[in-house]
Amino acid sequence: MKRTTRARAWRWGLNAAVVAVIALIALAANWENIHENFWNSGGVALDGGNWGDLITIGAVNTVQYTAIAFAGGLAFALVLALMRLSPIATMRWLATGYVEFFRGLPALIVIIFMGLGVPIAFNWQPPGGLVGAGLIALIMVGSAYMAETLRAGIQAVPKGQMEAARSLGMKPTATMFKVILPQAFRIVIPPLTNEFVLLIKDTALLSVIGASFDERELTTVARDFLASGPSAGTATALVQAALIYLVITIPLTQLVAWQERRQRKATR
Amino acid sequence: MTAMPARQAPEAGSVPAIDVRGLHKSFGENEVLTGIDFHVDPGQVVCVIGPSGSGKSTLLRCVNRLEEPTSGEILIEGIDICDPEVDLDEVRSRIGMVFQQFNLFPHLSVMKNLTLAQRSVHGRGKAEAVEIARRNLAKVGLDHKEDAFPAHLSGGQQQRVAIARALSMEPDMMLFDEPTSALDPELVGDVLGVMKDLASEGMTMMVVTHEMGFAREVGDKLVFMDGGVVVEEGVPEEVLSDPQHERTQAFLSKVL
Repeated sequence: MKRTTRARAWRWGLNAAVVAVIALIALAANWENIHENFWNSGGVALDGGNWGDLITIGAVNTVQYTAIAFAGGLAFALVLALMRLSPIATMRWLATGYVEFFRGLPALIVIIFMGLGVPIAFNWQPPGGLVGAGLIALIMVGSAYMAETLRAGIQAVPKGQMEAARSLGMKPTATMFKVILPQAFRIVIPPLTNEFVLLIKDTALLSVIGASFDERELTTVARDFLASGPSAGTATALVQAALIYLVITIPLTQLVAWQERRQRKATR
Repeated sequence: MTAMPARQAPEAGSVPAIDVRGLHKSFGENEVLTGIDFHVDPGQVVCVIGPSGSGKSTLLRCVNRLEEPTSGEILIEGIDICDPEVDLDEVRSRIGMVFQQFNLFPHLSVMKNLTLAQRSVHGRGKAEAVEIARRNLAKVGLDHKEDAFPAHLSGGQQQRVAIARALSMEPDMMLFDEPTSALDPELVGDVLGVMKDLASEGMTMMVVTHEMGFAREVGDKLVFMDGGVVVEEGVPEEVLSDPQHERTQAFLSKVL
């Protein structure tokens, strides 16, 4: 067989195998059970039941919380990254200690401590109630990850860029903010997108510390529908929430990838 | 290329533009410069040649303290730039520097490359900065490229933009660190042409280069370095055609 013929045969074989596996799974599934337990509107049309609260409360809050946690986390991460690159040893140690500490803890534990532990330990309630405390926890954890990403991005900008700016007489701060960081951010867009998506999903952890009816994020709303509403007793609301998460995350990553391709075409 | 007007001899007693005294530079155990005395007078074009590893780029990078000297003095227009009291950024803004790898800012258009430092360092308004930038782009023959991004320019064009960027700070002197070494051979001429024009306007220049033709034609002084010291210096024509030192002879026999 010629090499191209063989390659084509391989490709067709692979495609056929994939179709076969999907067909097998579809045949093995108990569709009746699935329909009853995972996609059961309880006699009410689905759009009249869960979708309303899932979208207008859950999805809206999830997007808002993610935006707040990401913006706050990124701003704090920038401070940490600059500290890690500081010529002052104390700054570097502080930042390294912070990053190692919060990167090594499960976000869930930090959320519980911020929401329930800190008010007891310090007689102080973080602003924004339990949700506010949870968001601060997400910012603290997220910034530890993003600081490392930013530091890598800053270090990936060629040394000559700093030298060129300094040789023109630009001050270190101006060099950092006008020459180095704009290039560093471009380098870290893919890993930052990744961290944004992780953060969207991490907002689901806020469901452990409780929130008022209108403050609930997507997973909390879905969980509440497990016990109440037309689909109570089935996992339908979780499946609906899962679909909403995908509707948020997939277009987002595609948008960033498209933007990145466009950017690359312009500047390199 | 315009004919070069006779260069004015530096006035007796005038302060050198660059005056390096007893300069030592080590990278850890590795001693790269071992006692350099070197000067460039105002309006002079000094070319520095030598084998790779001879320390010539390090010397040039010490002149605006991109490399920190280990010991010795570096005086720019009479001011010791190693003095901690000196405003290094102000001194640097008077010394234009051109790199082997161009080092244009890839995220900015050509125009922004030329106006960024003008505005940030000299505090010039946008209109003034743009006007100065346009004048310098025209000087290097790239006034039609102000909206382009560096990635869309050839190496030779990028290097000419880099020269225009340095000139837009209106420096008193220019340092060139092997400005044509990263260029395809057919692009070298354009860059050397711009440098030649600059020399004929009386710009003070220190040029680390492998272009012997440029050194011979444009240079007022040629400095040969090897092993971290200045081995020989003099009028380019004489050094190139009648080198006195054995090491100079050996080097030139390889490159000429």
